[in-house]
Amino acid sequence: MVDRKMSTRAFNVSEIRKDFPILTQQVHGRKLVFLDSAASAQKPRVVIDAMVRVMEMQYANVHRGLHWMSERASDAYEAARDKVAAFLNARAREEIVFTRNATESINLVAYSYGRTALRPGDAVVVSEMEHHANLVPWQILRDAHGVELRIAKITDSGEIDWESLEAQFADGKVKLLAMTHMSNVLGSYTPAERLVAFAHARGAKVLLDGCQAIVHRAVDVQALDVDFYVFSGHKLYGPTGIGVLYAKREILEAMPPFLTGGEMIESVSYERATWAPPPYRFEAGTPAIIETIGLGAAIDYVQAIGLDAIAAHERELTGHGLKMLAGIEGLRVLGSAQDRGGVLTFTMEDAHAHDIATLLDRQGIAVRAGRHCAEPLMGRMGVSAAARASFALYTTVEEIDALGEGLARIKQIFK
Amino acid sequence: MSSTVQELYQALIVERSKAPRFAGRPEVFDAQGRGENAMCGDRVQVFWQRGGVVHHEAHGCAILTASADLMAQAVAGKSPAEVAAMRGAFEEVVTSGREDLALGDLNALAGVAQYRARRRCATLPWAALEEALREVQVHG
Repeated sequence: MVDRKMSTRAFNVSEIRKDFPILTQQVHGRKLVFLDSAASAQKPRVVIDAMVRVMEMQYANVHRGLHWMSERASDAYEAARDKVAAFLNARAREEIVFTRNATESINLVAYSYGRTALRPGDAVVVSEMEHHANLVPWQILRDAHGVELRIAKITDSGEIDWESLEAQFADGKVKLLAMTHMSNVLGSYTPAERLVAFAHARGAKVLLDGCQAIVHRAVDVQALDVDFYVFSGHKLYGPTGIGVLYAKREILEAMPPFLTGGEMIESVSYERATWAPPPYRFEAGTPAIIETIGLGAAIDYVQAIGLDAIAAHERELTGHGLKMLAGIEGLRVLGSAQDRGGVLTFTMEDAHAHDIATLLDRQGIAVRAGRHCAEPLMGRMGVSAAARASFALYTTVEEIDALGEGLARIKQIFK
Repeated sequence: MSSTVQELYQALIVERSKAPRFAGRPEVFDAQGRGENAMCGDRVQVFWQRGGVVHHEAHGCAILTASADLMAQAVAGKSPAEVAAMRGAFEEVVTSGREDLALGDLNALAGVAQYRARRRCATLPWAALEEALREVQVHG
């Protein structure tokens, strides 16, 4: 790891693939071609080892024990917080709250911030291209708390429709803009810096759903000046069960707890309790200790390779993938944003998305098919289901070619 | 491609998905039922006419459409009780993968047994038909 960090060696995908034990697996007697990393990414050996190591050598509950083992586990758990804070360039480690996943992070904000900082009559704006995780919590808040939920349009290319966004903000009621940083269906990046400046100038805070973006490009929360940033560990080559909520310290300090119980309190009597300061106020109960340490190892891993190198590799893959798909007659790629990442969602005239996924699977190629937890967006794009190939740092050009060959065979079957 | 794929997407299924023989909403029918798979957006509507005449409108994958069409063919002239028995036998086929000679062309879907996530595609039209037949039984 250290060697890799210190060296400036070129990005070498075949070396990187050796870090991921699962990539040598076969499926239906074929070499696994895993093109479903946007759903959940595979794990490098360093993450697996870090999790095993903590269970074998340094495991105990955190923040409680007065014994050596608990202190070591607490140190490792808190070191992961430092890694996340540095990864996002947060001002302070206290701005990093560990959750179960991005979905829980958004629910936390919608419940805690939404029901206290927002008042009935205020409005929340999301876009047409949100994952259900950044839509349903706001619908619940709307119904429970009387805020208005507004949907900003996107263009047919899958980019923010600024006219629509301006119109949503025109009456001054919008107090929160909650938007994806990169669409899990269209692959579009949203112009985060511009969105934040736009919303702040109109008196609204901004939450960015960084589940997809965090995997593919460097995120600097201070440079963005974003108020909330959320992501899941499992898409970033870390384990499941660990997610992150970044929020500016002053915002977190004013927020009441979401889940309550042990760990998040300052003092408790039979009558009442007072809350611990952030981030612990938002981490009730025994946390996902092993998974958090695994996330720390995943962050070390991607930082050692370098987000810029990863982004360059994935740009090449995306360009290659778009070119390959464009050569298949009757195939339609959803979205055509200028700034897009390695998520290619498509439909084929002759074959339904599920048939595509099953037929590719028989060739060892894993893609996702369906609505991608973005049912309203699928309707907006005029399709009921679509197949999605998504790329990661271990994806190769040859795998994309294998996808092309697989799709050609499917066309043959349905011709 | 492996033979199992050809087993699943055999000619009959591809053919019936592309050119179903029992597709379309009839002008008159005695009952109708719907099936929807919320996970994927597949949906099917089934129309029942007395005497065991069935039509369907399927919006989804090849398995769904072919299954709806082969079902309409298989239940032609059958009574609701016979349809119910046939549904049970068909579900056994797509669960076990073992063909049932009495089911004829419906056995083309036996390969679905290997794809747990796809069994629902094959059985959805039968669920819709059952809903339609419940309507028949309630309203006579």
